[in-house]
Amino acid sequence: MQLTAIRKKRRSIQKSSTQNCSIQESSTLELTSVTSDNHQFKRYRNINKSLTIASLALFSTPAMATEIDETVQDIGDADKTSISLPAIVSGKKLEVTKIETALLYYQEQDRVTAAEGIFNLQASYGDKSELEGKLLLDTLTGASPNGAAPQQQQQTFTRPSGNGVYHAKNGETPLDDTFKDTRLQLNGNWTETLSNTDKVNLGFHLSREYDYTSLGVNSGAERSFNRGNSAVNFALGYYYDIIDPVGGRPTSWAPMLFRDDFSSQSEFKQAFDKTRDLSSSIKHTFDLSAGFTQLLNRYWLVQGNYSFSYLDGYMTDPYKIISQVDERGMAQGYLYENRPDTRYKQSVFLLTKGALETGVVDLSYRYSADDWGIDSHTVETHYRYQFTDSLYGQIHLRYYRQSAADFYHAFLPELGELPEYGSADSRLGKLTAYTFGIKFGHKLQGGTKFSYRLELYQHRPQDNGDERVGQLAHLGLYEQVNAVIAQLGFAF
Amino acid sequence: MVIRGKWRQGKLLCLVITLCSGCSTLGVQPWERDQFAREDMALDNQKLDLMLDDHIYFSKEGTSGGRSQGGGGCGCN
Repeated sequence: MQLTAIRKKRRSIQKSSTQNCSIQESSTLELTSVTSDNHQFKRYRNINKSLTIASLALFSTPAMATEIDETVQDIGDADKTSISLPAIVSGKKLEVTKIETALLYYQEQDRVTAAEGIFNLQASYGDKSELEGKLLLDTLTGASPNGAAPQQQQQTFTRPSGNGVYHAKNGETPLDDTFKDTRLQLNGNWTETLSNTDKVNLGFHLSREYDYTSLGVNSGAERSFNRGNSAVNFALGYYYDIIDPVGGRPTSWAPMLFRDDFSSQSEFKQAFDKTRDLSSSIKHTFDLSAGFTQLLNRYWLVQGNYSFSYLDGYMTDPYKIISQVDERGMAQGYLYENRPDTRYKQSVFLLTKGALETGVVDLSYRYSADDWGIDSHTVETHYRYQFTDSLYGQIHLRYYRQSAADFYHAFLPELGELPEYGSADSRLGKLTAYTFGIKFGHKLQGGTKFSYRLELYQHRPQDNGDERVGQLAHLGLYEQVNAVIAQLGFAF
Repeated sequence: MVIRGKWRQGKLLCLVITLCSGCSTLGVQPWERDQFAREDMALDNQKLDLMLDDHIYFSKEGTSGGRSQGGGGCGCN
């Protein structure tokens, strides 16, 4: 955010500089002449003070804008056509500063396909207000693992709605092929610069899909100090999510029922409805974060962030099940998973970014932990090489590792007491993931930018240590998933 | 035990003071900010990429976020 401030100031200076370089020169000359005069009477340390004042004058947007604007009014009479500055003195003006769009395509081998379009608009309102709006539309289709363990024989599952069945071939990871959704997301953010050192922001979030709605607000404050070399920020957020699963929400540890076990459809429907709660489920999320940014020297900066989240409400995946197996490893039934209804999450994020002669490099590390027992480590780097002034190439590498949630089980024994909570969702199990990506970007003469990104994402669930009984010892319970991500970006 | 607790508090205080005083001497003069004024050095330079990546990782992994303030929920599977 601090660098954003610097960029904003730089933009303001750039806008003015074409018409007012003479003014800058005269200002600098004035300061230089003052310095020269003082030089005869004071020690050389005063040069530092004068240079600091001169530099601060250059980087101080309001002072610069006022000074320039007054002079522009004088010059304006002589050459009115050359004035294109926003009306700073006469009043605030809404001005679009940046428009970015991107199209993303995500494809998992034989599973989910997602297409996502995003439109981001940034605007300034006067000198001190910045507005940002984001519109995102995504659509998902394909098959997603339902959580059941693979078997040597074909398996049959009832669809989440209760209408119809789907099958998993012998030896294959059971996938629910009815996975289909379209989502619309809208975000807005307003940032107000209170002074040269202080900024505040306020934002909202809305996400809507067929079975899930999320509403949220967030707010933050930032203060820079140490001559702008250090900045601290603090942010709060609250999100209210409404979940309306297809077919209703399965009750805790509800069994999956099969039409064939009932003599009539009405009998089945009656029994099915007893395992479902048709009322909406709610989830509350409270986010809190505190961070700092520190410039180290002319080329490097570091950033740190601590985040804490408390989630309260329905966090079970209503479409995921878990197999109950006998001593031969054969599935004797399926239960809908059951997760805790509270979660505390914490994470520490550290980043360093450096300016190289021919590009930029960043390296980050994140440690996350929660009271579900999931700890994760993420290391990520981007290295950008500038081939020419208008063409760059970039490499992206990411490594992710997480431990399993305390209640994660790939399957449950048929006999024995049910645990309080349980899930066979591989996203809550022990896993590692790798990302390798390349990106190219180029800038046209008018400033329009295009970018092209291709990434490979490998998702590798690991053996959680559940004792494999019977046939499960010979089956692949933890299947690796490979995904390709392609993205086209456009900014002007 | 009391002495050990005070010793720990003292060490923590020393660490905080050292870090704070260290920060005050770190950094650059205003006229040395040319590199940070570069567009590719902005922390939000790849904002859309990072947001789209976060969405993918959110839907495939057990932990998410941390880089900045959370972006809100969705029912992404």
